[in-house]
Amino acid sequence: MFQQDRLNSELTFIQKVKKLDYILIFSIFLLSLISLLVMYSTDGGEILYHTKSHFVKLVVFFLLMLAISFFNIKIWHFSSYYIYIAGLILLIWVSFYGVKVSGSQRWIDLYFIVLQPSELMKIGIILCLAKYYHRLKLDNANSFLSIVISLSIILIPLILVLAQPDLGTSILIALSGLIILWLGGVKVKYFIFSFITFLISLPFIISFLKPYQKLRILTFLDPDRDPLGAGYQIIQSKIAIGSGGLQGKGFLKGTQSYLDFLPEKHTDFIFTLFSEEFGFIGSIVLLIIYTIIIIRIIRIGAISRSNFAKLFCFGFAFAIFIYIVVNLAMVLGLLPIVGSPLPIMSYGGSSMLATMIGFGIVMSAKINHKQMIA
Amino acid sequence: MIKENTNIRKADVINRRMFIISAAKIIVFAGIIGRLFSLQINENKKYLTLSDKNRIREWKLPPTRGNIVDYFGNIIAGNLKVYQLHIIPEQVENFNYLISRLKTLLQLSNKRIDKIIKLKKKLKPWDSIIVSENLSWSEFLKINNYLYDLAGVKPVMTISRNYPFKDAYTHVLGYVSQPNEQEILDNETVQQRFVPGMKIGKLGLEKTLENHLIGTNAIQRYEVNAYGKRINQLEHQKGEQGSKIRLTVDTEIQKECGKLLDGKAGSISIMDVYTGDIIAMYSSPSYDPNLFLFGISQEEWQLIRNNPLKPLINKTISGLYSPGSTIKPIVALSALENNVIDTKFKVKCTGKMELYGQTFHCWKEKGHGWVSLKNAMKQSCDTYFYEVSRLLGVDRLNITAEKFGLGKKVLDQYFDNEKKGLFPNTKWKKNNLGKGWVLGETLITGIGQGYTQTTPLQLCMMTAQIANGGYAIKPKIIVDSNPISYEDAKQSMNSQLLFNSESKLLGDKKLFKDKKNIKIIQEAMFSSTNERFGTSYKSRIDDPKYQFAGKTGTAQVKRISKRERELDLELEQIPYKDRDHALYVAYGPYINPRYALSIIVEHGGSGSKTAAPIAKKLFKLIIDRHDLRNKQPNFERINI
Repeated sequence: MFQQDRLNSELTFIQKVKKLDYILIFSIFLLSLISLLVMYSTDGGEILYHTKSHFVKLVVFFLLMLAISFFNIKIWHFSSYYIYIAGLILLIWVSFYGVKVSGSQRWIDLYFIVLQPSELMKIGIILCLAKYYHRLKLDNANSFLSIVISLSIILIPLILVLAQPDLGTSILIALSGLIILWLGGVKVKYFIFSFITFLISLPFIISFLKPYQKLRILTFLDPDRDPLGAGYQIIQSKIAIGSGGLQGKGFLKGTQSYLDFLPEKHTDFIFTLFSEEFGFIGSIVLLIIYTIIIIRIIRIGAISRSNFAKLFCFGFAFAIFIYIVVNLAMVLGLLPIVGSPLPIMSYGGSSMLATMIGFGIVMSAKINHKQMIA
Repeated sequence: MIKENTNIRKADVINRRMFIISAAKIIVFAGIIGRLFSLQINENKKYLTLSDKNRIREWKLPPTRGNIVDYFGNIIAGNLKVYQLHIIPEQVENFNYLISRLKTLLQLSNKRIDKIIKLKKKLKPWDSIIVSENLSWSEFLKINNYLYDLAGVKPVMTISRNYPFKDAYTHVLGYVSQPNEQEILDNETVQQRFVPGMKIGKLGLEKTLENHLIGTNAIQRYEVNAYGKRINQLEHQKGEQGSKIRLTVDTEIQKECGKLLDGKAGSISIMDVYTGDIIAMYSSPSYDPNLFLFGISQEEWQLIRNNPLKPLINKTISGLYSPGSTIKPIVALSALENNVIDTKFKVKCTGKMELYGQTFHCWKEKGHGWVSLKNAMKQSCDTYFYEVSRLLGVDRLNITAEKFGLGKKVLDQYFDNEKKGLFPNTKWKKNNLGKGWVLGETLITGIGQGYTQTTPLQLCMMTAQIANGGYAIKPKIIVDSNPISYEDAKQSMNSQLLFNSESKLLGDKKLFKDKKNIKIIQEAMFSSTNERFGTSYKSRIDDPKYQFAGKTGTAQVKRISKRERELDLELEQIPYKDRDHALYVAYGPYINPRYALSIIVEHGGSGSKTAAPIAKKLFKLIIDRHDLRNKQPNFERINI
């Protein structure tokens, strides 16, 4: 074991480069390229602020991903709890000193980037729980104590994010955490019981929701209720996607976005614009790229020797999947509008940063897939 | 090893559970793809339409009205290019500066400025404000000269209604103007095609034929953004001009009528005795309809409204007058037809007639002596007609009068302000006044006074139907798709062929029992104009080409008191309001008649002095233009 340990740490830079997952890197690169084109389109076919900013972020974070991948997975295992705690500190910081935008206090202004800690927490929670379940004996997975501890790990950031308020991100954090619990071996019946409990308590939860959140749910149930008000986004999004048809209206020819009918086209509704311009075919291609990314991550998890790497990869793959599904379901009118970005595609530094860090750790797991962790 | 084992066991759990999750993922992805498919493939059309609805906005432009032309094709209501000045607020750099510049350049009133500022607040910044609807050419040039200094100002060329003959056709055509809300709601076509700035017919044929004249909107399609701002023009769909409508009127004659009635209140109508075509229809005084196009000024409006000669009333069809002696041909005809009298029947006129203690005066105080029908008509002896109508009775007279079109609307379908007038009978009085008929009333009805009320157009038609030999005609003012030629109409009447309702000569029918009786009336009317002592003898034309036959009328507007009768005042000595109306009906040429006319001059004094001389001047022109008219091909037949 020690030998193997030494063996791994002795990997040269060249060896590491050779061991990178090039299919994954290529897919991410392709996705970045597409996202740049779409951002260019949101700027009305000119290289303006969003395109430039998105490009800079892509370059910086892509390099960051590569840098992260060259660190041994052990280091990420070692620092998991610290990253989680750092995330918590940032969340608490935000709740006191955060930048407030349209009623929500989610951001820290770091001058070169406006950071959204809740986005980082999406990775932090996976890292933390992966480490926790890596160390937990399988037989103890269903003990009361371990379940309480792991639920607390989820609930603390969840409550902090909910208080911002940010329903979308908190749901994503909760789901990212729960998947690790599931993978870690928590009994199926607990999931079923808690799901039933959740359904029963749903009316109470709803009564705690802020008025705008209730409105979103009502609007989701019936977008035509107030077509120029709350239902506007969902209706316009569906019109844009539906009018795209099989082949789309063509690059830079999406009338819905070009003529400003689409709200938030840079961020949450980026897929709408893409789908309007590139149609069903383009959308399927995009989904295929995402699927390849997810499959590659799962594959890396599957070949990883350490359970930490496995748990992280599987958890992260699921998280990416959930981000995509929630975002697409939202813009397709299948879910209420909760505000969740599409990974890499959406404009927004924190989300991209978190995703790229995740990719970086996955890549590190790939390079060091034979690494055992005590 | 044990640790190794549990680790592997744990890895197994993780892998197995990952497998379950992956299966779930595939299902969810399939769901997303299914949704994409349903939106983009299945419902693509629906959403494409919605997307176009979002981005494409149509701007309707005002339609171009159809022209109205006279019988010879001269445009009497057309369209003119006008120059307008628009401001597009979003292109204006300094609004206050611009307004003050425009104010000095165009001499805009403060009121107008306030209106513009108010409009600016109401409209979107890219909607244009109309500063001036009708710039003069020099103003337009001035603006163009200073355009470099007037950012946001747009000189625009557009089309407006125009009446080249000004007041000549006002009462026939009416005019167009901005509609009010009710007028838009009342007409479905207007409602559909309405755009701000559009004008609709307010009166006359412009109003009645609105749906034919209106035309269709040109449509400009623009791509707009979510805020409604125009981004690109997509296409321009040309509108169709409204139907061209050809009237039966002759502008030369119409203008002459205007000249002849200048300064007087009255009316002239001229009709083709065979086809019923209205050759002229003039109500005096008239006013310039062009004044109403861009909103008439208060001053001008008050001037028209307060004119004592009442220019706003179309006297030809809405003016109701006692026919006076012009009714006598009908009274005589009725008596002949009912075998009450014959040509040898004579009455001794002593200047008055006593009936149940009431005295009925003839206009000639000394009396006419023994008069026969011919002499009575010629000299318009009242006593003779008192006696004839006494013998005839009002009910029989009423039947003949109504047959000839009295008490009925003449051009009902074209003018909504036409009055139907009244020709009384005993039943009418019983029903409407609740009293029995008094014989004395029959006497005054027989000389065209009393309850009888006629429009000048009715008198014209009545005369035309006597002139054509006693056949009913259907007067019309529009050349329709199926015009009856003069020859056809004449021939059918002369051959006494009667057509049924399916035939081309719809409505033509015999109005007499014995054709001889019509002839007698025609001869009597001839003598009245062309023989010595005839009431309109002075206005005769001897040349057989123009020779006409007529009957004068002088309608009292109030009862003449004994004192007044004794005073026998000159016209100028009587207050305007109390003067008699002067009437004259005539047709010509006497041999082979073609046209009938009726003339009325309100408070003009006697028919022979005031009205008949007008006919003399007109007949020459009418008959001279007859050949021209006959040569005019039916160049366009328009479906109405």
